[in-house]
Amino acid sequence: MSLDKPVGIVLVSHSAAVATAVAELARGLAGGGDAVPVAAAGGTEGGGVGTSAELIAAAAAAVDRGAGVALLADLGSSVLTVKALIAEGDELPEGARLVDAPFVEGAVAAVVTAATGADLDAVEAAAGEAYGYRKV
Amino acid sequence: MLDADHFRRWMTATAASVDREAERLTALDSPIGDADHGSNLRRGFRAVTAALEKEAPDTPGAVLVLAGRQLISTVGGASGPLYGTLLRRTGKALGDAAEVSEEQFTQALRTGVDAVMQLGGAAPGDKTMIDALVPAVDALDAGLGFGAAATAAEQGAEATTPLQARKGRASYLGERSIGHQDPGATSAALLVAGLAEAGAGTGADPV
Repeated sequence: MSLDKPVGIVLVSHSAAVATAVAELARGLAGGGDAVPVAAAGGTEGGGVGTSAELIAAAAAAVDRGAGVALLADLGSSVLTVKALIAEGDELPEGARLVDAPFVEGAVAAVVTAATGADLDAVEAAAGEAYGYRKV
Repeated sequence: MLDADHFRRWMTATAASVDREAERLTALDSPIGDADHGSNLRRGFRAVTAALEKEAPDTPGAVLVLAGRQLISTVGGASGPLYGTLLRRTGKALGDAAEVSEEQFTQALRTGVDAVMQLGGAAPGDKTMIDALVPAVDALDAGLGFGAAATAAEQGAEATTPLQARKGRASYLGERSIGHQDPGATSAALLVAGLAEAGAGTGADPV
């Protein structure tokens, strides 16, 4: 499958360090993950702990290749801000979607799946399935 | 009838009271939250008044949509998308009429509150802003006017003290969230009080 139009992935966390590190981890574990556009949107614009609608919108625009954008969020205001932006209708690229998934495991699954050239539905399903990987 | 100026005054009055009460909101947010509610909302409502001054929207709906958008992009905490959605949905429901009746506003506000409940998944009794907003809309619905709505919101906020939080960060505390007034319900009461400060809404207002 061609990666002419890969699904974009945005990782939204309260912390810039968390979002950036998880993006790096997912890319690293994906091998060839460089073909998938992944962007981190962590913390506030001022570098504090929180959520920035502007950073999220910029990250989503940066990874949009026309095949949709999967957004993964950690908790609280990250989730609510993404939902509010999607409800707005014009602040995120067309086909942007909040994916219900555990943040770290879901990010890895999403990037690995997107790297195979899968579409947004498949990326969303793979990320969501990460909830089912029990550890004990 | 309520015009764009009324809604501008509402936002300005709320910005002033949020500014005045920011320390109290943050203090309430310290035992059961992350101690940023006052400063977050102060930043948000300052952005709202600045944007309203700059863009001067000329309908009630446009004032609220612009205010909501500002809150979503500047608050930085969960109250941003929640209050932003409240104002934006209320504004969208008002359409592009130059003036709206109290009754139309009440219906629109109900739509906004429903959207907040859907976004956050909170219901009355979960110790959230909904516990102040729903009694306020009910008071307006009963034709009691903005003053009575403000009282209802204030009482709703006070009534969150014995509740156990079921939403947001405070819910992690379980029973330890009992005994603290909810900061979100408290700021929601300020928002409704701003409506009363903006004037009109005596309940006897001709529609």
